[in-house]
Amino acid sequence: MKILMFGWEFPPHISGGLGTASYGLTKGLAVQGDMDITFCIPKPYGDEDKSFLKIVGMNTVPITWKNVDWDYVSNRVGAIINPDDYFRYRDHIYSDFSYMHTNDLGCMEFAGGYPENLHEEINNYSIIAGVVARSEQFDIIHSHDWLTYPAGIHAKQVSGKKLVIHVHATDFDRSRGNVNPTVYAIEKNGMDYADHIFCVSELTRRTVIDKYHQHPDKVTTVHNAVTPLPQEILDIVPKKIPNEKVVTFLGRITMQKGPEYFVEAAAMVLNRSKNKNIRFCMAGSGDMMNAMIRLAAERGIADHFHFPGFMRGRQVYECLKASDVYIMPSVSEPFGISPLEAMQCDVPTIISKQSGCAEILSRCIKTDYWDINAMADAIYAICNYDSLYEYLKVEGRREVDEITWEKVGLKLRGLYERVIGW
Amino acid sequence: MKTICFYFEIHQLRQLKRYRFFDIGSDHYYYDDFASESNVTEVAEKSYVPALTTLLEMIKENNGYFKVALSVSGVGLEILEQYAPQVIELMHELNATGCCEFLSEPYSHGLSSLVSRSVFKKEVQRMNDKIKELFGQTPKVLRNSGLIYSNEISEMAAQMGFKGMLSEGAKHILAWKSPHFLYNSITAPGLKLLLRDYKLSDDISLRFSNQAWSEYPLFAETYADWIADFPKDEKIINIFMNLTAFGMAQPLSSNILEFMRALPACCKERGITFSTPTELVENEKSVGALDVPYPLSWMDEERDASSWLGNSLQNEAFNKLYSVAERVALSDDRKLKQDWDYLQAADNFRYMTTKQNGIITEKCIYESPFDAFTNYMNILADFITRVNAQYPEDIDNEELNALLKMIANQNEEIVALNEEIAALKSKPAKKSRKKAEQTEE
Repeated sequence: MKILMFGWEFPPHISGGLGTASYGLTKGLAVQGDMDITFCIPKPYGDEDKSFLKIVGMNTVPITWKNVDWDYVSNRVGAIINPDDYFRYRDHIYSDFSYMHTNDLGCMEFAGGYPENLHEEINNYSIIAGVVARSEQFDIIHSHDWLTYPAGIHAKQVSGKKLVIHVHATDFDRSRGNVNPTVYAIEKNGMDYADHIFCVSELTRRTVIDKYHQHPDKVTTVHNAVTPLPQEILDIVPKKIPNEKVVTFLGRITMQKGPEYFVEAAAMVLNRSKNKNIRFCMAGSGDMMNAMIRLAAERGIADHFHFPGFMRGRQVYECLKASDVYIMPSVSEPFGISPLEAMQCDVPTIISKQSGCAEILSRCIKTDYWDINAMADAIYAICNYDSLYEYLKVEGRREVDEITWEKVGLKLRGLYERVIGW
Repeated sequence: MKTICFYFEIHQLRQLKRYRFFDIGSDHYYYDDFASESNVTEVAEKSYVPALTTLLEMIKENNGYFKVALSVSGVGLEILEQYAPQVIELMHELNATGCCEFLSEPYSHGLSSLVSRSVFKKEVQRMNDKIKELFGQTPKVLRNSGLIYSNEISEMAAQMGFKGMLSEGAKHILAWKSPHFLYNSITAPGLKLLLRDYKLSDDISLRFSNQAWSEYPLFAETYADWIADFPKDEKIINIFMNLTAFGMAQPLSSNILEFMRALPACCKERGITFSTPTELVENEKSVGALDVPYPLSWMDEERDASSWLGNSLQNEAFNKLYSVAERVALSDDRKLKQDWDYLQAADNFRYMTTKQNGIITEKCIYESPFDAFTNYMNILADFITRVNAQYPEDIDNEELNALLKMIANQNEEIVALNEEIAALKSKPAKKSRKKAEQTEE
């Protein structure tokens, strides 16, 4: 089966869960052996893992015809694209885009990530998708998240193949209900054109059905999974201070993640326990970070509440392994892979019931995001009652080890076949 | 001649309230009275009252042919006295017919039999006293919480003078043997065992209203036929269940009470009688000894103690609770003792089970086993602080015991010394009188 996938990020250069999920998902599909995946991203860096799929950098696909020779292309972008592909794409330019701003290869540049002119980049991405869709052979189109829905629609119209879209988040999650109308329109349009919709949780599925008015039959939940940790991560020796417990929040410090509930719960724990041996750590960055620092100071707990800033790669795991409790009080989390990663690192986990991953996890404590009493109680219990700590640590790990992308891959395959009608 | 032994369990829990860790040390009231009350009133209305009324009518209609045994936990009695006294009234009426036997069980409906001989014996003794006081009967047969039974428990029961115990006819103990006989304990041969026929019991308590069940709808005739068709020498059919099977587990709309009411007549036709546990234990002979080295119970598929003590959470809570058992025993603080009873109830541990068997038997405020554990441990932390406040933590139990004995003895000693002083005082008086008499002479 040949799949044309549109994504926005791919490890190692990621800024959120979308990249991690894209990687796991494609890898889980690839182990089936007969999956031929072409994955398009705006701006590859050349160090992506290309062993199981083909990565197409949209910034190396020409949309205007430039008279360049093989060696020039090879020298210029050989690390990212096979020059033969470049010429194949050049043969499929479908319209006159000379009014667009293109470079010496006839390609458009992408800033990567989520820049100011995001909407322009989304539009450019979908223009290029037309070239790719004309050049490649595939059985189905799979678009990840709203950024790539326009590209998916375009590819569908060009090729006549079925389109499935994968909803990793909706704007209702990101904005606590105050949706951006432009984003909503793109999302709704993508869903309307899609032949089938995958959602990362039942929670998201409900949103798609209720807020985007999709027919329930068209929407299926495909829960995310986790990639097993590599040996070098498993070998990290946790840096633990004796007689001190660390409670960690790790993620973007934004409205969606509910950081203020964590600060309030921490204040309750610290004000109550006499021997202040519990430390709190809010790792990450985001638009609410300064407000959170101020809030911690107001509550008088700044001496036990720490903000180590944004972490990436190995740092994340070092931080997790040094923790005794991981907490994710998200107000609305379509899925949330990070608690699964914490559980992989043997850390007992508290998650909000409003998180999609709560649907598949049972060896963790679940509270309402607003219930700071319950959250404080759970933190206190894990730090004080050894059997609970041990149980969640051991059983949590066991549970999360069973949640694999291979299983997700098999489920996806069945759904693809149903959509195509095989 | 076959005989059916019916036994019903009556127990209700004092529900614990939502207790956060910041309440530790400041709030010493652990119960959700509203939940307890609404729960008990509901159970009484839907189940206990109609079920006991039916049993009472069955006894009266059959002129002593139909007999039944009941066991009520002490904690259950307290809560029924408080919220549903009409249930106790019915029990009195049943008692007056002479066809209802009351069994004994640990007062708190707890698991003390698995950890402390002294606590267990004391609890059973309290229950005996309570039954004697309320119903004028001295229980001769014991049923432990959850029908938990093991060799060790049988010894304790025998020492306390019980003639028999109830337990589960579990396959892993009986193997090829049938539960339709009387057995005895291997370690206390005088103690006889009545084993539950779980198939026939569950047919009523678990499956009666299940329309997907192949035997649905079950009629009293069919049921009596099943029993009559057992081999000739299999005489004793023990049918044990919670009384809540009528009305709670199986809705009354399934006509379960009509099924019960029809049973005595159907049995009479087939020559099947009814007996109480004591009658069986006193009149029948045991066919052999049963060796049960590990606790056996009527819970879940495993039929062991794993519903209450199956994971590390339950074990920590259990061990923490009984770590203060001796100290509570030393104390004479009534409030503390009462809390001790309520905290011991086995249901509290059952809520912490992580077994996923899909059968949820009781209602509770907890959303997950972790929630149940956290709440219970917070309460326990407060309870233990209160126990330790009575007796300093750094003195170990033996030393404490010696000290307390000394204090207790001191009173007696003072009394004795006072008497001695009085005696001595009177002596010189006599002497001086004697001297005076002598001088007079």
